[in-house]
Amino acid sequence: MSTNRQAASASVWRAPVLFAILATLFILEGTVRNGMFSGSWNTSLAMLNMGLISAVTALGVNMQWGYAGLFNVGVVGFLALGGLAPVLISTQPVEGAWEAGVPRVLIALAMAVGTLALAAQLRKRLPKWRGLAVTAVLIAGFIVYRWLFDPAVTAIESNNPARHGNIGGLGLPVLLSWAVGGVFAAAAAWAVGKVALGLRSDYLAIATLGIGEIIVAVLKNEDWLARGVKNVTTIPRPVPFEIELQRNPEFLELANSWGMAASTASGIWVKLCYMLLFLVVLLSIILLAELALKSPWGRMMRAIRDNETAAEAMGKDVTARHLQVFILGSAVIGIAGAMMITLDGLMAPVGYNPLRYTFLIWVMVIVGGSGNNWGAVLGAVLIWFLWIKAEIWGPQLIALLTSPMPDGNLKAHLLDSAAHMRFIAMGLVLLLVLRFAPRGLVPEK
Amino acid sequence: MDILNAVVAILNFVVIPAAAYGAQLALGALGVTLIYGILRFSNFAHGDTMAFGTAVTILATWGLQALGITLGPLPTALLALPIGIAATAVMALATDRAVYRFYRAQKAKPIIFVMASVGVMFLMNGLTRLLIGVDQQNFADGERFIINVRDFREMTGLKEGLALKTTQGLTIVIAVIVVWALFRFLNRTKSGKAMRAYSDNEDLALLSGIDPEKVVRMTWIIAAALATIAGTLYGLDKAFKPFNYFQILLPIFAAAIVGGLGNPVGAIAGGFLVAFSEVAVTYPWLKIAGYIFPDWQPGGLLQLLGTEYKFAVSFVILIVVLLFRPTGLFRGKSV
Repeated sequence: MSTNRQAASASVWRAPVLFAILATLFILEGTVRNGMFSGSWNTSLAMLNMGLISAVTALGVNMQWGYAGLFNVGVVGFLALGGLAPVLISTQPVEGAWEAGVPRVLIALAMAVGTLALAAQLRKRLPKWRGLAVTAVLIAGFIVYRWLFDPAVTAIESNNPARHGNIGGLGLPVLLSWAVGGVFAAAAAWAVGKVALGLRSDYLAIATLGIGEIIVAVLKNEDWLARGVKNVTTIPRPVPFEIELQRNPEFLELANSWGMAASTASGIWVKLCYMLLFLVVLLSIILLAELALKSPWGRMMRAIRDNETAAEAMGKDVTARHLQVFILGSAVIGIAGAMMITLDGLMAPVGYNPLRYTFLIWVMVIVGGSGNNWGAVLGAVLIWFLWIKAEIWGPQLIALLTSPMPDGNLKAHLLDSAAHMRFIAMGLVLLLVLRFAPRGLVPEK
Repeated sequence: MDILNAVVAILNFVVIPAAAYGAQLALGALGVTLIYGILRFSNFAHGDTMAFGTAVTILATWGLQALGITLGPLPTALLALPIGIAATAVMALATDRAVYRFYRAQKAKPIIFVMASVGVMFLMNGLTRLLIGVDQQNFADGERFIINVRDFREMTGLKEGLALKTTQGLTIVIAVIVVWALFRFLNRTKSGKAMRAYSDNEDLALLSGIDPEKVVRMTWIIAAALATIAGTLYGLDKAFKPFNYFQILLPIFAAAIVGGLGNPVGAIAGGFLVAFSEVAVTYPWLKIAGYIFPDWQPGGLLQLLGTEYKFAVSFVILIVVLLFRPTGLFRGKSV
């Protein structure tokens, strides 16, 4: 992509104008009520908040792809892993879970990690009989692991299964869990990177695709961890509840002065609080990322991306730098995952669909401009807006197109399935951008 | 007698399902491997191409059924298959013309092709949903079983029954025919040889007067046919749901990579390896252990991993193979 000349012709006003257009879209959504827009600030802000979380995710992907050229197709896995943090950190402890078998589960997991480390060491160190020794260690480790793990899981899951059946959380502040989400994702990224980063681009893509699927499968099926498909619904909020605000006389006065109903005003207030929190996270990540990019480290990363062989000849450790940036990017994705679960107040593993949480994020990064942080943010919020709006605009378009058709099964079928237009729209946007503006709307400088 | 029961149980629960699934994976992996060999990228849209082809086949099947045309004991879908293949081939050629040809002319990096294939994946996914919706569709008709459990028990007098579904039998027979035809085409015909030459060494093939666009067109048509056949067989055997075809992408990629990307024999071996490992690892062996060691009372189901982790198995095989043989078991390509 670096051979493209598009960047040279881009004006400095390009990004501000595009951001202004984006802002206008959200203002229209908040104020104008017609077939295209809802005219509700609640809807507009809800969309913006999810857009900001998508922007953080896109920043993480952009670090991996835009700075280092690593094609990570396991975004959904790192998001889901980050989402585990609010559950484990901030939900209330489950009574009896510790006695039922938490220590035993922890020992089992430590055992599993130890086995893997031992196997890796043996593989590196042993001169002879490596394969045999490694296999023997792995098999023995697996048997001991299952012997420790299975009874503990059964005990935890039978501990008040209707309400809990999992190990519960630590009851710590939910904002702390955002950072922990980043740590979870970073740890997973380290493990993935260790085995997969030696692979070539296509192979890495497929390896990360697999990891993503596996992490989501674990969350769906390990009920002891986060209740699996039974969902966790009691995740605390860092902002007040709408209902509390509506009972607060001071807030009611404020709502009156805005000229709004208390229910509408409380919804907007809560969303504004979330927006501020998300903006703080987003802007700090951008600040850190920009500082890193302008440092010698950033120049080295781009040198590695543009010509690996040359960078290696200069004595740069390409694999180590790739691992580093892969971990950093995944940590940012993990933070976004934790933010998302906090915003939803709900952990529902079934919702982690790779089309939405991996490939849509990729569309955002490519449309926005890979290698450019502001581009990634712009792309994320814009694509999120279109993704939501396609569900409303798509059927209207279909209705318009099919209006000359006679009523019948075909017309009814087309109208029914018009909601799926969003996939076609996203595919088209991605293909058009890749073809006509391969460096995105706001290209790298 | 107990040993016989154990053998029948293994056949029934492991060998037959894994063979059918392996054949479906192998056909899918052959498509992925051909695209990789000729066009040199991993096609993320392959799963959705399978879904699209199957959706067209299902619509054609319903049309035939409505006209009262059936195949008797065999599923009507077989009759509809050529229509599905034709539609998918047209679709594949159209996407090549609209999307991939531009990047080929530009000599873009393989990763750009992969990204473009993600865009195509979105489009195909949306089209399939538009065409047939997101719900599960059953379109198998005809005879359900070649051998059913009760007949088998009466015939042999064994305690354990054996069932062979028509769809499983068909899958294996059709896969063998398709693979035979494909290899005959690749090894015996002029066009097939041109494809292999182009895959082995592009420059040399161009020098000897092979038309690259013709080779590419042929590849897409064959890949579309393989995808439609694999998708239809999978849909007949399990059930058709568009989203499943996206998920099947992982085992298909795993199969193609384990065998060696770009190597057709490897794709077939990889398909069966992945399928047999998936089934063997997630099958509860308690029943079979009970036949062989009647006095042994193990604590659990003797299941190595829960059924939910089928995908994990293919991924673990993938990683292990890549660690030891970075280009797959049968020495595939690395661009």
